[in-house]
Amino acid sequence: MTLAELWGSYLWPLLIIVLQSFLLLAVLLVVIAYVLYADRKIWAAVQIRRGPNVVGPFGLLQSFADMLKFVLKEPTIPDGANRGLFILAPIVTCLLALAGWAVIPVADGWVIADINVGILYVFAISSLGVYGIIIAGWASNSKYAFLAALRSAAQMVSYEVSIGFVIITVLLCVGSLNLTEIVRAQDTGWGLFGWFWLPLLPMFVIFFISALAETNRPPFDLVEAESELVAGFMVEYGSTPYVLFMLGEYVAISIMCALCTILFLGGWLPPVPVAPFTWVPGVVWFTLKALFVFYMFAMVKAFVPRYRYDQLMRLGWKVFLPISLLMVVIVAGVLHYGGLAPK
Amino acid sequence: MIAAAFFYLFSGICIASAVMVIASRNPVHSVLFLILAFVNAAGLFILMGAEFLALILVVVYVGAVAVLFLFVVMMLDVDFAELRQGFMNYLPVGALVGIVLLCELLLVVGAWAIGPGIVRTVVLPIPPAETVTNTEALGLVLYTRYVYFFQASGLVLLVAMIGAIVLTLRHKPAVKRQNISDQLARKKAAIIEMHDVRPGQGL
Repeated sequence: MTLAELWGSYLWPLLIIVLQSFLLLAVLLVVIAYVLYADRKIWAAVQIRRGPNVVGPFGLLQSFADMLKFVLKEPTIPDGANRGLFILAPIVTCLLALAGWAVIPVADGWVIADINVGILYVFAISSLGVYGIIIAGWASNSKYAFLAALRSAAQMVSYEVSIGFVIITVLLCVGSLNLTEIVRAQDTGWGLFGWFWLPLLPMFVIFFISALAETNRPPFDLVEAESELVAGFMVEYGSTPYVLFMLGEYVAISIMCALCTILFLGGWLPPVPVAPFTWVPGVVWFTLKALFVFYMFAMVKAFVPRYRYDQLMRLGWKVFLPISLLMVVIVAGVLHYGGLAPK
Repeated sequence: MIAAAFFYLFSGICIASAVMVIASRNPVHSVLFLILAFVNAAGLFILMGAEFLALILVVVYVGAVAVLFLFVVMMLDVDFAELRQGFMNYLPVGALVGIVLLCELLLVVGAWAIGPGIVRTVVLPIPPAETVTNTEALGLVLYTRYVYFFQASGLVLLVAMIGAIVLTLRHKPAVKRQNISDQLARKKAAIIEMHDVRPGQGL
């Protein structure tokens, strides 16, 4: 193989992929910084507080100031901790969360890896997220961290089951596991009312609540319930490792918002398929919808009191699992006998 | 060339982590190396073009089964140093059994050849990879043609699960439990009694 062939067939595409990844990463991290700010502002507004308003105009630079503060602090590792795993856990959490974005299409054709089994990839990556938490809880050698890790493992495995069934109902309607195809299947000409949130409304609700539980957001944040477990699995963490956990958590939330947008809210499609709306680029619609889903996440955090652990498990196994199983059967039956199944 | 490089990378890490599963002193490290081996096996599946199997391996084994392993290993207080006490005494016997198994495997796999008549009698010919994605190909075989066998194996697993639950589930009479349907079925009239209490008298 000559150098020219090597350049043309491997190195040039590799360079393109690397550049795309850096672009996505840079945009994503800035968006995450402001999502974190928005989360705090919304929470404050619901409680009639001002929220962060000191650093920069309206407190807009608060997230960057926080990050700088954490990075400049000294990382401490507890004496009895398992050093290697203690450092590994936050890195695993953060990298896995970021890796999920590789297959998310932000507009038609705007995706780094347009793979056949995109939705399975996102599902697999998010199910690996539990390892960061378990390893952190165990390696910290602290009873609070360990209890939180056990809770989180049980919680995430339980809610993955219902998320899996929700994804299956959507896939039944689409006939493909490719995320781009899933969005295209919602382009019916009915605009807003052709997206899957309307025909699959119960599944949309289940997916939204399960996504809250899967990302350990309130009201399901028993993993870090500060009133009983101090701060959960990250009790022993500080400085940069803590920032990595925080970042991983918010990136995982952003993936769930993006997934919700793609599966139920028509991805990059405009809500009304007529002239002024179709001129707006798809990435704008995608971002607006994902941010709307995040706004709902933030409102739930502000409104709903924390669940008790046994209630959480009951909701997952005794309510969501039977409903989603039944819906899989109903949707499959309607598609098959109604002749609506995709070919 | 690139594929070959990745094959050696994945298989090398896979074998090394498989060795570490039995060699590491800490049982939690063993499980983590097992997970690494699973992930690399998934990488090998992807190299062979079986992306569906690869991701299912990650979702089921790494995402769920290995979490339960890790759970159990962390909760058990097993002193592995004690278990290794007689390691040198048992080494010759263990090595002998291992070598016999290895020889048998080599004999069986080394002499494996698909009979010339078999190819013509295959019930379902494998469709070419260009026309059908492997998700669809697996679905056609497993969930369409052999759907009854698939359901039967599912039923066996269900029975096993119910059996395990029945064996371990105990309701202690002294422990209070929340019954949501009882709570929701309560009526206001049955539980609230209104009294008009005069000042200074009490009930």
